Amino acid sequence: MELKHGAVAGTLESSDIMVTVLPGAGGTRISLTSTVEAYYGDSIRETIRQVLRELGVENVRVEAVDHGALDCTIRARLSTAVRRACGEEHTS
Amino acid sequence: MRRSMLFLPSNNPNMIGNGGLLGADSIIFDLEDAVSPDEKDAARELLKNALGALDFGKCERIVRINGLDTPYWEEDLRAILPLTPELIMPPKVSGDADIRRLDEKLTELETAMGIETGHTKILALLETALGVENAFAAAGASPRMMGLFLGAEDLTADLRCKRSKEGSEILYARGRVVCAARAAGIEAYDTPFTDVQDLEGLEKDATFAKGLGFSGKACISPAHVSAVNRIFSPSEEEIAYARDVFTAVDRAKRLGKGVIALRGKMIDAPIVQRARLVLEAASEIEGGELFCVNSVIRCAGP
Repeated sequence: MELKHGAVAGTLESSDIMVTVLPGAGGTRISLTSTVEAYYGDSIRETIRQVLRELGVENVRVEAVDHGALDCTIRARLSTAVRRACGEEHTS
Repeated sequence: MRRSMLFLPSNNPNMIGNGGLLGADSIIFDLEDAVSPDEKDAARELLKNALGALDFGKCERIVRINGLDTPYWEEDLRAILPLTPELIMPPKVSGDADIRRLDEKLTELETAMGIETGHTKILALLETALGVENAFAAAGASPRMMGLFLGAEDLTADLRCKRSKEGSEILYARGRVVCAARAAGIEAYDTPFTDVQDLEGLEKDATFAKGLGFSGKACISPAHVSAVNRIFSPSEEEIAYARDVFTAVDRAKRLGKGVIALRGKMIDAPIVQRARLVLEAASEIEGGELFCVNSVIRCAGP
């Protein structure tokens, strides 16, 4: 998937993660701020990389602000942000 | 058993994550009214991931999809069906044509996804005057139909009347929905009580709904779950009476008596049937085996 523009998904509420994705040039760059960075920072970054691989996204900047999101929430918010950035309609 | 059915917004990860811990028999994950049009895609994706990853324990999983008159409902089904939720709740059902249309789409998707045809059941939300009037036709429109669910907020707007705590304006609709559901051999569930703070009002409303024949009631707040569970559970007095009924039936059967009496009243088939439902409900709540009473019921004629 190729990002056409920047997009955001998620909120800053507890148990959620706000993910911003931007078209990148040359690989994946991840910027993470998390209330649980000390315990789960590496795990969150790995989940982000894994979802990007699954979606076939190679050149992207990811900015994530996490407030204790579960793995399934991180996956959902990142997928939504990527699909929005690729121009998919809200119905799909 | 669905005594309480708790609505949770499908775009709220905090509430979804705690869904299985709130005491409700069923959770209704809402993709419709609780989600703004701009967030439909996010809610659908979050719910899909949550249903695939989280354990909701004994909680039944119901998904309220978007209306059949919107561009969202088919994509809702495509996203959710692989996670095999127990029930799909279509909103604003107007009659049998809506149910048949949903049934056809479910069959198409189940076939494409390798899910057993007919696996996905339907709990139809009736919340318009037309839907209430067509309740019986909708109830019998598909073997997938498990129940009818009354939604009073939209209904009272459609009726052009004000929603009250006493609910006199929805009495006709409540009676019609219960009667239609029972006539079709399916379940009937009552609309939520919408004042979250008024627990006394909730008790009255839920008790009244149970008295009309509803099997359970929806909740819009976790604070309502406990009271609704209690009210829609058989009381100790009801359980004791039901046990006495079967003791009396057994005794009469042993003695070869055709007429059975308990506490000065004749025990006939409807009373035995009601007693069976009470004991089955009590057994299910306790997590035990269902009572094996069918043979007794058959003996209890007339």
